Amino acid sequence: MIFFDKVTKKYTDRSIGLSNITFSVEPNEFVSIVGHSGAGKTTLLKMLLAEDKPTSGSVFFESTNIHKLKGGEISRFRRRVGIVFQDFRLLPNKTSYENIAFAMEVAGRSDKEIESDVPHVLDLVDLSKKAYNFPHELSGGERQRVAIARAIINQPDLLVADEPTGNLDPVNTYEIVQILKRINDLGTTVLLTTHNKGIIDSLDKRVVTMEEGKIVRDNSRGKYEL
Amino acid sequence: MFFQNSKRIFRWGVINFLRNGIVSFSSVLVMTVALLMVGSTILLSVFLNATLMNVEDKIDINVYFNIDAEEENILTLKSSLEVLPEVSSVVYVSKDLALEEFKERHKNDELTLQALKELEDNPLRARFNIKAVSPEQYDGIAQMLEGDTAISLQYGAGFIDKVNYRDNKLVIERMKKIIYGVEQSGIITTIALIFISILITFNTIRLAIYISKDEIGVMRLVGAGNMYIRGPFVVAGSLYGVVAALITIGLFYPITLSIKQHTEDLYGGIDLFRYYISNFNQIFLIILISGIALGAISSYLAVRRYLKN
Repeated sequence: MIFFDKVTKKYTDRSIGLSNITFSVEPNEFVSIVGHSGAGKTTLLKMLLAEDKPTSGSVFFESTNIHKLKGGEISRFRRRVGIVFQDFRLLPNKTSYENIAFAMEVAGRSDKEIESDVPHVLDLVDLSKKAYNFPHELSGGERQRVAIARAIINQPDLLVADEPTGNLDPVNTYEIVQILKRINDLGTTVLLTTHNKGIIDSLDKRVVTMEEGKIVRDNSRGKYEL
Repeated sequence: MFFQNSKRIFRWGVINFLRNGIVSFSSVLVMTVALLMVGSTILLSVFLNATLMNVEDKIDINVYFNIDAEEENILTLKSSLEVLPEVSSVVYVSKDLALEEFKERHKNDELTLQALKELEDNPLRARFNIKAVSPEQYDGIAQMLEGDTAISLQYGAGFIDKVNYRDNKLVIERMKKIIYGVEQSGIITTIALIFISILITFNTIRLAIYISKDEIGVMRLVGAGNMYIRGPFVVAGSLYGVVAALITIGLFYPITLSIKQHTEDLYGGIDLFRYYISNFNQIFLIILISGIALGAISSYLAVRRYLKN
């Protein structure tokens, strides 16, 4: 489903983000990427989301080379990928409901679909009562649940979660991971980057370990080891 | 699909405008200043144009007749002048009328009136006020009256005492130059001010959108197309323009009302308040369109830099 083919990203000659990375992710896999800060996890995700171009090598999503996509095609590609960030990145002037509805609107879904799907997904992340609250009125855990709801509303093929629990307490972290697992069980491929040893050990899924822009370990049922 | 998207873009534009209260407020304020400049330029040029036309209207040729000239002859000359194609009107001011005018003009000047009383006869001469069809014909008419021997032959030498055009002309030319100069520099100044306020408006909107740059990034990651991201900003920008135009047009009411007296008192002045009221629709439309264009274009350009891939 995802294939990184000898991807290198150099910012300057001395600062190397990724160095000759080759790896693939199969449909319906749950892959965790671990590593110290600066190991290249975020750069890897940026390559995957076409936020940045590699210096050499290519990234394929199914059979499409992501970095050969033009403006409008990039938007369409991104609608097939749900994204969750450590800092939530909700639209501050929109309510929980509107943040989720926005993702459906840009995908061209009808008002009817929006009216039926958004309450459903809010229910799934247990936020029905906060539908009309703005992000600044929500706790960190609640914001992250809105972000996840937004990421999955269009039934993406892939969910990318970039340290989604980085700003959360253990209880909220546990809940978020449970939600991610449920989403994966429903058939969505999940790519998760994290620092949290507890999460990785409890997941018992594939773990890719990065160091200085390289993949140093790739275990199909891994533990958190650095 | 297009209708659905347009509806959503418009809705988000309005919602963003209302929810970003402080940003909207400051943008509207800055834009109001810009539109006040636009409106002032309109009114200033109207005022100066009216003044210029009024001064031009004041040009005429005064022909003074000999003190002994017969009224009959004068009237004959009047009819023969009136048939000339260059002449638009000839007003005859008789000696008596000239005396009345003189008295009226000097009604506060006891000394002069006293001196006038001492005289037995009316010392003032009869005259014509001649207006030409167009300003450049004055020279020809004046020359003809000054030099025409036919008139001397018919009515006797010295029938025409003085043709007073050169003096008038000099004053009028000088005044025209002054008004023209004021008009030019006034318009250059306001154009410069308009330009500056457009820049300030553009920067304010750019700043407002800069605040939203992370938001734009999020929208892109969620998969929003450029039109869908930019649209609401352009709608909000247009709304700044609409609100600012309404405020501006409202402010011009008391402004023109308060300067009404001053502009009227000026030489050849015009009642700007009345002009404003009677041309309200036109002025409103110009200011409204300027506002919407300013807001929409500024927003369009400001978002553009955050949309580059």
